Amino acid sequence: MQLVIVNTGCANISSVRFAIERLGYQPVVSDDAAVIQAADKVFLPGVGSAPAAMAQINAKGLAPVIQSLTQPTLGICLGMQLMTQSSEESAVAGSNTPCLGLIDTQVKKMQVGELRLPHMGWNQIKVAKDNPLFAGISDGSYFYFVHGYAVEVGSHTLAACQYGVDFSASIGQNNFYGVQFHPERSADAGAALLQNFIKNT
Amino acid sequence: MLARRIIPCLDVKDGKVVKGVKFRNHEIVGDIVPLAEQYAKAGADELVFYDITASSDARVVDKSWVSRIARVIDIPFCVAGGIKSVEDAGRILEMGADKISVNSPALSNPELITQLHDQYGQQCIVVGIDSFYNEETGQYQVHQFTGDESRTKTTGWQTKDWVAEVQQRGAGEIVLNCMNQDGVRKGYDIAQLAAIRAICHVPLIASGGAGEMSHFKDVFEQADVDGALAASVFHKGIIPIPDLKAYLRQQNIEIRS
Repeated sequence: MQLVIVNTGCANISSVRFAIERLGYQPVVSDDAAVIQAADKVFLPGVGSAPAAMAQINAKGLAPVIQSLTQPTLGICLGMQLMTQSSEESAVAGSNTPCLGLIDTQVKKMQVGELRLPHMGWNQIKVAKDNPLFAGISDGSYFYFVHGYAVEVGSHTLAACQYGVDFSASIGQNNFYGVQFHPERSADAGAALLQNFIKNT
Repeated sequence: MLARRIIPCLDVKDGKVVKGVKFRNHEIVGDIVPLAEQYAKAGADELVFYDITASSDARVVDKSWVSRIARVIDIPFCVAGGIKSVEDAGRILEMGADKISVNSPALSNPELITQLHDQYGQQCIVVGIDSFYNEETGQYQVHQFTGDESRTKTTGWQTKDWVAEVQQRGAGEIVLNCMNQDGVRKGYDIAQLAAIRAICHVPLIASGGAGEMSHFKDVFEQADVDGALAASVFHKGIIPIPDLKAYLRQQNIEIRS
């Protein structure tokens, strides 16, 4: 099985690669359109800010490549957010950053009242609907989150989490899946989710 | 619910894990990778590696161990010590660290925090603060270069002012090390941590003073910190992490199972 990690130029690519290697696979890190399109499964990692990451993706000409994918594709953290239509995280106050438009939803700044941001640490998920990504992963499982923006709970939510407000821990549409948490840093639960993506989708 | 984090801190010197009392007389505790693996398996929520010689020695330090840790560890970890530039931070993040922590270099050049924030995002920028309570003045003061006793100095910053400054510059998390308590296992500095908590709007990690399981309960309940960092009680086996987590759960503190 050919697993390809899209080289977005973001910083957590090594951690994602190591996590997949721990499961016994040999993923390829690439920004080559042909390599990405030929993959059985694609990973879209990301940390940092949405405008910076979209700028990197656009500079590499990768947006149409990712949008053309029909194989299962997993966005991780910022990678998940980039799969939506737009993000409120923007270089220009008051305007949104256009994203890849693969999942019909938007990313908004989390409104958590007195709680601290970023939402950082281990939090529990609740599966919102039957889906292959969370097979065998029970409600209440802890995953590691680090983010200040999020997708509200909606029709594309696969799993939810709560921090001041309910938000999507995972979203999906067609062949595109996204997780707001870091499965590569979420111990056994994270490994189970990555394994599910590789085997079940 | 978001769980409170238990964070073993591994002070690293020349590629080995060491521990000193009040920053002095460092003794070797063990090799980095097996210790890191052991803590991850025992249920640590996160690990912090402080290269304690780096900032003071002004030399290039071999950080290849970062990548060795990233390969085997499946929980988040942070690397601190000797990160003086955006490029230094980038290399460590590329090797697989989830966060980088800056301390002395940020005091010399506060703009570094802003640059790190702009380049890598708030989520991976931790600022470590060594805070010393001066009994004569009754003030908490920030110290610099605490990894080397001969160079340790008091800065012009009062702790609360520096905490405000680093947040304004884009820090994503603050580790407050209360120096008077460090290594003596008499409990965290609840008064100081609670005061800083009130003005800290990003995650706050308590450091310095853990000696008994009840100290963790106290700091979570009374200072509302997001995580508690400790070293010697874990390295010396005084508090096994599974026991600590079971105890805290019994005390109705949200802890990852």
